Amino acid sequence: MSTSSTAIGGHQDTFAATLRSDRWWLGPTLTAAGLIAFFGYLTIRVFYAQYVWADPYMSPVVSPPLFTPAAGYKGAVPVNHAWLGAFPAWWPSFLPKSPGFFFPVLAIMFRATCYYYRKAYYRAFAASPPACGVRGVPLKYRGETALLIFQNLHRYALYGALFLLVFLWWDGLAAFFKNGRFGIGVGTILLLMNAFLLSCYTFGCHSWRHLIGGKLDCFSCDAQSRTRLGVWKKSTWFNVRHMQFAWLSLGWVALTDFYISMVSMGYIKDLNTW
Amino acid sequence: MAERTFKIWRGNKDGGEFVEYKVDVGPGWVVLDCIHRIQMQHSTDLACRWNCKAGKCGSCSMEINGKPRLGCMTRMNSLPEGTITVQPLKTFPVIKDLVTDVSWNFEQNKRIAPFKPRPRDADGHHRMKQEDVDRVQEFRKCIECFLCQDVCHVLRDHKAHDKFVGPRFMIRLASLEMHPLDTDDRVEKIRKEFGSGWCNITRCCTEVCPEHIGITDNGIIPLKERVVDRFYDPVAWFLGKVFGKK
Amino acid sequence: MGNGPDIKDIQTIEHDVIVIGAGGAGLRAAIECSRQGLNTGLVCKSLLGKAHTVMAEGGMAAAMGNVDNRDGWKIHFRDTMRGGKFLNNWRMAELHAKEAPDRVRELEEWGAVFDRTKDGLISQRNFGGHRYPRLAHVGDRTGLELIRSLQDYGVHSGIHVHMECTALDLMKDGDRVCGALGYWRDTGRFVLFKSKAVILATGGIGKAWRITSNSWEYTGDGLAMAYLAGAELLDLEFTQFHPTGMVWPPSVRGVLVTEGVRGDGGILKNSEGKRFMFGYISPRFAPETADTEEEANRWLAGDKSARRPPELLTRDEVARAINAEVKAGRGSEHGGVYLDIASRLPAEVIRKKLPSMYHQFKELAEVDITKQPMEVGPTLHYHMGGILVDAESQMTTVPGLFAAGECGAGLHGANRLGGNSLSDLLVFGRRAGLGAAEYIKALPGSPAPVADQVQASMRRATDILNRDSGTNPFVIQDQLQDMMGKNVGIIRTKSELETAVGELEKFKSEADKVKAHATSQYNAGWHTALDLRNLLIASEAVAKAALTREESRGAHTREDFAGEREEWVKYNVIIKRGADGSMVVEKRERKPGPTPLVEIANSKIEDLEGGKVGADYK
Repeated sequence: MSTSSTAIGGHQDTFAATLRSDRWWLGPTLTAAGLIAFFGYLTIRVFYAQYVWADPYMSPVVSPPLFTPAAGYKGAVPVNHAWLGAFPAWWPSFLPKSPGFFFPVLAIMFRATCYYYRKAYYRAFAASPPACGVRGVPLKYRGETALLIFQNLHRYALYGALFLLVFLWWDGLAAFFKNGRFGIGVGTILLLMNAFLLSCYTFGCHSWRHLIGGKLDCFSCDAQSRTRLGVWKKSTWFNVRHMQFAWLSLGWVALTDFYISMVSMGYIKDLNTW
Repeated sequence: MAERTFKIWRGNKDGGEFVEYKVDVGPGWVVLDCIHRIQMQHSTDLACRWNCKAGKCGSCSMEINGKPRLGCMTRMNSLPEGTITVQPLKTFPVIKDLVTDVSWNFEQNKRIAPFKPRPRDADGHHRMKQEDVDRVQEFRKCIECFLCQDVCHVLRDHKAHDKFVGPRFMIRLASLEMHPLDTDDRVEKIRKEFGSGWCNITRCCTEVCPEHIGITDNGIIPLKERVVDRFYDPVAWFLGKVFGKK
Repeated sequence: MGNGPDIKDIQTIEHDVIVIGAGGAGLRAAIECSRQGLNTGLVCKSLLGKAHTVMAEGGMAAAMGNVDNRDGWKIHFRDTMRGGKFLNNWRMAELHAKEAPDRVRELEEWGAVFDRTKDGLISQRNFGGHRYPRLAHVGDRTGLELIRSLQDYGVHSGIHVHMECTALDLMKDGDRVCGALGYWRDTGRFVLFKSKAVILATGGIGKAWRITSNSWEYTGDGLAMAYLAGAELLDLEFTQFHPTGMVWPPSVRGVLVTEGVRGDGGILKNSEGKRFMFGYISPRFAPETADTEEEANRWLAGDKSARRPPELLTRDEVARAINAEVKAGRGSEHGGVYLDIASRLPAEVIRKKLPSMYHQFKELAEVDITKQPMEVGPTLHYHMGGILVDAESQMTTVPGLFAAGECGAGLHGANRLGGNSLSDLLVFGRRAGLGAAEYIKALPGSPAPVADQVQASMRRATDILNRDSGTNPFVIQDQLQDMMGKNVGIIRTKSELETAVGELEKFKSEADKVKAHATSQYNAGWHTALDLRNLLIASEAVAKAALTREESRGAHTREDFAGEREEWVKYNVIIKRGADGSMVVEKRERKPGPTPLVEIANSKIEDLEGGKVGADYK
């Protein structure tokens, strides 16, 4: 009865083996392409570190700036906008003087340990598994118990992201004022939208949802937990859409930065009221 | 009536092959209807579990065109043209044809400490608000079809049955852990014995769940966060040392 | 002996008691046996937790009074008796109404998570025939909650579960039951269970009909095994057709649509759009049923002075009404009527209260019940009749043999109220466990199976595989379902029932020649062939009982004997195996009920609630 071609149950155990007849590879391929495109762009921008400022707009790629290059970088953040002024002399010469190396890294840590992005890159890059019912890479697997145990620190990345969020809102509000005069421009809207979408992403975070209410077993037991129930429910709304906001906010950061760089380079004239 | 071609895996633990069958499909038919027709007309000994045929008991789990699904809830008109392949679950040993030995799951359930409620109120009632039980009720919708166990790559590809209880029992644990009346503490076991760290949250369990339970987002991740509270939170650890809180 | 394998070579498993069937009743019985210190084996045809109980939707009736505090056990008892057209076993109806609340609370203690009231108590919903909101429930998946709670509790209470094992025959040592022979479905190997008592919890006989809400397991195994072991069967003519089963598409015809749809406000309409139930209110229920849509709506809105809508009449009445509408040519496109919840509740509420109905229609019929009406029609759902048992201990007329749940009989009389089944399982499952424990305590010595019986049973099973050729078991089952649907349906006549009895003789001789191909390993054809004997015995008992009862009462409707006949309430129809092996039908006079209970059951509701009747009876 048995034939050479079929394993028990008809299941082959080689990489990517499946009897799925749909285009299961499309999802991980698009995810990989999206992650490479957006994170690639942002990484280049962090290292390039030029044209990140177009008064009064500051690119989220460098915000908030701890130091800023005093000279030699076109379109850099003015020195008086950096927390500690110009880059110090001890800064190694082989590294570009990019404010993006400091606080914005928190955003990368937040996204890197995010429960959604983990799915995205485990599937798209680690092929562990590439898609449901498709045989993954036949390598030794330890899940998140060994090397990847650091993923458990996602909540610290969340604290960092919350910190960052305050300044991104600040950037958005600051973009209403140019040389002390109130006004509004396309960049203002982009920056506000950026802060808004990042908020939607952050407040749907699984760790946030856990800390503000999910960790409770009883929501109705006292007044404080009833309040937390309300917050938890709102967070749940964002959590259900965590993937969508993850991509939207990521794309928006890139778009905002791209716009500011184009204005800074003079390729685009910012429409505004000033 | 349209004729459709099936390729069904026939065999047992020693070997087998795909066998082709042709079925005249009636209106509204599901895959399980076709299997019954094959049993009646072509092969009376074709083995396939089923009970309620309405998506409520979770017996007729199988892999249809490579996807873990319930035979009774997969409508024929939802499947693309061409031959339909039907296989037994991969994660569990084949007994015969589409029937697998899922007894491992029942063993896992026994390992989980049972519900341990607090005492009743003075008037003999337990009081819980609906909003307190909503989460638990979501997990208790589980019909134990074990499709999540089948698709979970930790079990399916890596055969880590001794390390990880699988999504079904993670949500069983979640239903106890989040139960407002339960007094038992299972967090340590969730990490050490039931293997919460083995899940890399790639969410296939959630994708295949016929009851649409948010297995990953509402069950496993909150459990992982509770494990973090206990084991991986340096701030909590520090505060605990300083203030002596548990 | 020489014929067949030696009994010593067969796998033998010994328990104090074995429970056959792992639905609600079986699990509860096994838990009780284990609590009583018995070594308990639980044998089930399917995997644990897949039994038919899982399909129960609406809820579990128990007069807890959480939603309406006017409720109490006497009102529940009165509802049960009236719903059962006074043919119920008085004592069972009393025990059931009294003990159900404790069983619900116990289930909560074991982990069941019921829907809650605003105050955080177990919520209760309205259902057909129940005067007050009484059904503890979990959305529309109460059965799942019940079985899972028992299962999770049970696996920690020391029960030995033997899954995917089918019992073939009961074994007897003299008069007493001493175990059962079964086979493992995966290997086809035989297994002999030795025990001092056996509890049957095998459910009903739904698979003898095509349009049924029952799963394949419902082949009357317990009834047939008990019958062959000499037990008496009670009132099998009462077969409940649930008024609302799906009718389209054909592949899901019969799948249950919960009564909860009507409890939550759903209404029945015919093809002319008329809400027809107002035309079918029988005199018994007229004083307690709304006669205008306006009043029915007020009741639904919570007006305690309004009367209940007629859609919530008992199941037999609603099923007959639907049947009559369809016969009069006012049926829906596919031969049912319309059940409309879409125009009664907001879409969101429907999805929240009836989630599995929503999915069932969406996925199986491509109907969105929040926008469109459902097409529904009667579907065979439940057998009020079954094995005759003692009310207190659930022991059958065979010493050591007990029965609980649907395969037992007595509680529901001529018609079962929705929601009384789940509470029945728990109340009498527990009692069967207690009964078995008591029986075993008093038992002198250990009975032992007799080799002849074991070998005869095995031979019957292996013959099916060994004969050279024969009929296809699936085809016989299919034809049987057709025949029963046609001749033993909702509305019955003498000539059709006689046809059925005659046809069944032919089926029996066909079934003797049935053949299963291939090996005994997980062989669907062989399993079906083995179940055929039980299906045929049970079908014959139903047909003969239906032929005997010359009146229309509850779920048994005779076209040639319309209406309830006063003299027939005094009789049960008993079926047992005669000395020559043929089926004997007996019209047996019932014992009159205890006076206080009779008074409560017959009282006007105002008198009962006002304390004029039954106030002293505890």
